[in-house]
Amino acid sequence: MASTSAADRWAARDASLRERLRPYRVVLASRARSQRAYRTSFALDLVCSLLVGVVELAEIWVLFSNVTALGGMHFNQILLVFGLADLAFSMADLSFGHLDTLPTFLRAGTLDAFYLRPQPILLQLVTSDISLRRLARAGVGAATLGIGLATSGVAWDPRTLELLALGLGSGYATFAGLFVWAAGLQFFLLDGSEMTNAFVYGGRYAATQPASVWSRPLKLVFGFFFPMAFTAYLPAVTILGLPGPEWLPAWLGWCAPAAAVWSWLMGLLCWRWGLRHYQGGGG
Amino acid sequence: MTGTIIEADGLTREFRIRDAKRKRLLTAVDQLTVRIEPGEAVGYIGANGAGKSTTIKMLTGILVPTAGSVLTCGLRPVPDRRRLARRVGVVFGQRSQLWWDLPVRESFRILAAIHALTSTEERDRTAELVEQLELGGFLSTPVRQLSLGQRMRAEVAAALLHSPELVILDEPTIGLDVLSKQRLREFLVGERRRHGTTLLLTTHDMGDVERLCDRILVIDHGRLAYDGDLPGLSRTADAERVLVVDLAEPMPDLTGVGGARHLSSEAGGLRQRLAFDAEQTTAARVLAAVSDKAEVLDLTVEEPDIEDVVRRIYAASR
Repeated sequence: MASTSAADRWAARDASLRERLRPYRVVLASRARSQRAYRTSFALDLVCSLLVGVVELAEIWVLFSNVTALGGMHFNQILLVFGLADLAFSMADLSFGHLDTLPTFLRAGTLDAFYLRPQPILLQLVTSDISLRRLARAGVGAATLGIGLATSGVAWDPRTLELLALGLGSGYATFAGLFVWAAGLQFFLLDGSEMTNAFVYGGRYAATQPASVWSRPLKLVFGFFFPMAFTAYLPAVTILGLPGPEWLPAWLGWCAPAAAVWSWLMGLLCWRWGLRHYQGGGG
Repeated sequence: MTGTIIEADGLTREFRIRDAKRKRLLTAVDQLTVRIEPGEAVGYIGANGAGKSTTIKMLTGILVPTAGSVLTCGLRPVPDRRRLARRVGVVFGQRSQLWWDLPVRESFRILAAIHALTSTEERDRTAELVEQLELGGFLSTPVRQLSLGQRMRAEVAAALLHSPELVILDEPTIGLDVLSKQRLREFLVGERRRHGTTLLLTTHDMGDVERLCDRILVIDHGRLAYDGDLPGLSRTADAERVLVVDLAEPMPDLTGVGGARHLSSEAGGLRQRLAFDAEQTTAARVLAAVSDKAEVLDLTVEEPDIEDVVRRIYAASR
């Protein structure tokens, strides 16, 4: 076996990774199948989710279409912000949103079942479900992003594409980290899903707006602590070549990955802290 | 693989609980020291809140002990939780571990993937469990549509799919009818015989203990109050069985019959309850003695109530 080539080793590593991921894949495939099993119900779910997305878009529309510019942004540019934020959030919601059912598990004592399986708890919980109906929401986000990009006079160069990919990827990760963050706090709050929803869904709402209209305290909270401005507004400002507002210079758009790292850092910290509390180790 | 299965040493768990006004410290498990060897079948009994579930949670890495140490299958439950999970199967009678909206078969498939069984292992073990637990009739039924008896059998199969060396059952027969209990017990006896599985079960059902366990641990307020076999437990607890006879004609109280003690009479002496010590005499001998005096139409033998046994143990250990 000493003469195994690098290719063989890679193949072996690839196979072992696939083997390790198999449990998660089997659960997710099974969840996805069961959601699509009842076609009418799934279609209704999709339509409802689509309607919610459209209503939220309409709200922005009504709010901003009467104003020529708000916070230094035209309506088309605001669509770009909304699209970026909404697409990233819906994808995170699709894959991490069910973490907010943790209080139900805690109350019913069913979290214990996760301890009895040979996988990390968080990874099991994340892959325990997938909400396909949120694809409709993501569709609204993607369409809005498309319209925003097409009408706000964006220069189609590699820099724009790079920023777009960076913004979307980091936005997705930031929101996902936020869901983990909220779940970690549930261990202490139990009935606190309202409180964590306030920052998760409040965060999403904040992310769809131009951060330039925020007051200073809001900038601190949703600009930096919950780094919502980094998920859509700042990448959009950088893409559009606009000057950033006070405290949020345009070059920060390139720092979107840092926001994702921060969000995950806090998320994992809270999660670890929460698990420790649950197990009662020194908690 | 033949080392001690459970090795608890001074295992202690305290909970801080907040009463109406002040905080206080509740000791759920207090200095528990016990060893369980491979292949044993141990009944872990005690009143509600005696500390049974807390112990199980510490054995499986769900809770961190406040003090003391425990090795389960030679592993430290909390840091080695994931390795331990491959070697232990746990059934919670009142909490499902199956996927509520999925067919039973699908749950097994997922669990097989989770425990990384090979397709041969998965096929053989599933077939064995389906046959032994008679699951064939409802394999494609979603779990939420199963009766309690069916669900419990599916739960047991799910917990045993990866052929664990140690199976922990928390109230496995709670709420089951007589026939379902019987089937489940038979299965567990067979599983132990076939695979040498170590069993640890908590129960309120004396029948479970009698038919499944060769060793009993009684826990009282977190402390071990008894460790030994069942006859010894009955001896210690001085537990009596009760013969209930329905007579053809009303009779005065049947005192001093065949070594039994008269407990009570109903319907003017038509139904009488006689307690006897199973160590001293048998139900047949008491019945024969009663039949000498009166015509017996019907009879039942009441087993010593586990709560009662536990109460006596508690009283004796103080």
